[in-house]
Amino acid sequence: MGKKTLMTGNEAIAEAAVQAGCRHFFGYPITPQSEIPEYLSKRFPEVGGCFLQAESEIASIYMVFGAAGAGARVMTSSSSPGISLMQEGISYISAAELPCVIVNVMRGGPGLGGIQPSQSDYFQATKGGGHGDYHVLVLAPSTVQEAADLMMEAFDLADKYRNPVMILGDGFLGQMIEPVEFKHMSSTDRPARDWTITGAKGRAQNVVKSLYLKPDVLEQHNLGLHRKYQKMIKNERRVEAYLTEDAQIIIVAFGMAARIAKTAIKILREKDIKAGLVRPITLFPFPYQTLERVAEKVDNLLVVEMNLGQMIEDVKLGVCGKAEVHFYGRVGGMVPNYDEIVADVEKIVKESR
Amino acid sequence: MKKVFERPKSMYPVSTHYCPGCGHGIVHRLIAETIDELGILERTVGVAPVGCSVLLYNYLNCDMYEAAHGRAPAIATGCKRVHPELVVFTYQGDGDLASIGTAEIIHAAARGEKITTIFINNAIYGMTGGQMAPTTLIGQKTTTSPFGRTSKDTGYPLRVSEILATIDGAAYVERVAVNDPKNVMRAKKAIKKAFKTQMKDLGFSLVEVLSQCPTPWRMSPRDAIKWVEEKMMPYYPLGEFKSPKREG
Repeated sequence: MGKKTLMTGNEAIAEAAVQAGCRHFFGYPITPQSEIPEYLSKRFPEVGGCFLQAESEIASIYMVFGAAGAGARVMTSSSSPGISLMQEGISYISAAELPCVIVNVMRGGPGLGGIQPSQSDYFQATKGGGHGDYHVLVLAPSTVQEAADLMMEAFDLADKYRNPVMILGDGFLGQMIEPVEFKHMSSTDRPARDWTITGAKGRAQNVVKSLYLKPDVLEQHNLGLHRKYQKMIKNERRVEAYLTEDAQIIIVAFGMAARIAKTAIKILREKDIKAGLVRPITLFPFPYQTLERVAEKVDNLLVVEMNLGQMIEDVKLGVCGKAEVHFYGRVGGMVPNYDEIVADVEKIVKESR
Repeated sequence: MKKVFERPKSMYPVSTHYCPGCGHGIVHRLIAETIDELGILERTVGVAPVGCSVLLYNYLNCDMYEAAHGRAPAIATGCKRVHPELVVFTYQGDGDLASIGTAEIIHAAARGEKITTIFINNAIYGMTGGQMAPTTLIGQKTTTSPFGRTSKDTGYPLRVSEILATIDGAAYVERVAVNDPKNVMRAKKAIKKAFKTQMKDLGFSLVEVLSQCPTPWRMSPRDAIKWVEEKMMPYYPLGEFKSPKREG
């Protein structure tokens, strides 16, 4: 494309998938992400893609399993309750080491919850979500442009590690309109996939599976997955540090919460409070080392989330007792206002004097 | 000397893990013979979900997926949509297809998904040790209906073929059995017809096979065959419930 277009986050995510060479989508409607399947149902016929609305999120994720096993660049998208339904399949896909991209445009929970934005699926996304010892790679964009960029890259990361990659956004990002430019993909070359299901022509049978009945064999399989996650931790940690060099207090936030925190930081600096931001872009792998470093320079960190304290657990692991970790969160679809963050920071700074 | 019987090329030269008198081995062989006769080994893909037959890939040498419980039709759909030129079949038991996987099978049929399902109905959960299945007959004793299934508490056994035959996207639906040589021959014919239905792009095809499961039934293999004939066939009548519209 190469030129700026106004798009919602959901549309940008969908177009980015097309640009990245994704030609298979399986999903089920749910607010606030339905614009992704709607966009692709129109767009895929233009590029020879396959759009299929499944009977449920459960069926969607197993269609993704089938298509990924067959070697396709494939994705699904949903929102919190739908992603819960997919967890069984995500566990199977992780175990069978199939590459795919899963978009979660989060809404408030638990249960049916609401349809307004939330970040309350952090635990589910970063700690496994389904049964068994596994991780998906989790990317958390905070602008429409970043959502498009990360979406395109997500397919390459999925191929690189033969692992599901999750784009973790929220209803705010999905619905908001911003200018976006689609980066030119130098190549959509993919790594060799000799393990895929294509029909056993001129070679031995391929089997896509996750059952290992012998415990010593399953242990080796688990250890193999673990080594892969260690590689992700080593190579893929990403974080934005904003005005952290001279900061006296650090706000830690991801996605939309981080964006609001930036506005709060500008206001705080006008009030002579040097605040900075650490924004994890990869939530798994989590940038613990960055937090360890900043914790040596400040006495206080404030974690801001649109939940009641989930990422804060990882922040505390990174900080490791070197500084005080405070929390401010709004839930249920309520979005924290920058004023609220400013007031909370002022209170922390005052009390620590 | 003329060779009159040999192992299908599509089967590995191994013995199965199935109990004596089990129907799975027979049906595996019928599928292998079908693949051989149609000359499609290099483009056939099987999907075997949770159940005794989850290890089907140890016996058939085509490409295969192992599936979660009930989800084989969704996986087969994903594969077929990527590779329409492949011949994709699922191999599912009654707990898998008629209980946990009802949504997936109904909607695969509704979409007219060009896949073939081989549905093994033995009226019980075999692998987990003989619990009540959605196809367990009224009065039948299982480990979770120890006094016999009652309609008052657990309703009625599902007739899957009859249900699926009402769906427009289902091109071919037949119920067969593997209780005697005559019915085994008929079962083979039906499986081949189902594969051909897919290869002609006519829509979804399913063959339901009434099968013996002697160990969880607590019967000898001989009594199990008798039970299929005397108890199962009256409730689950054999026959073609939906015929493909165009036949070549």
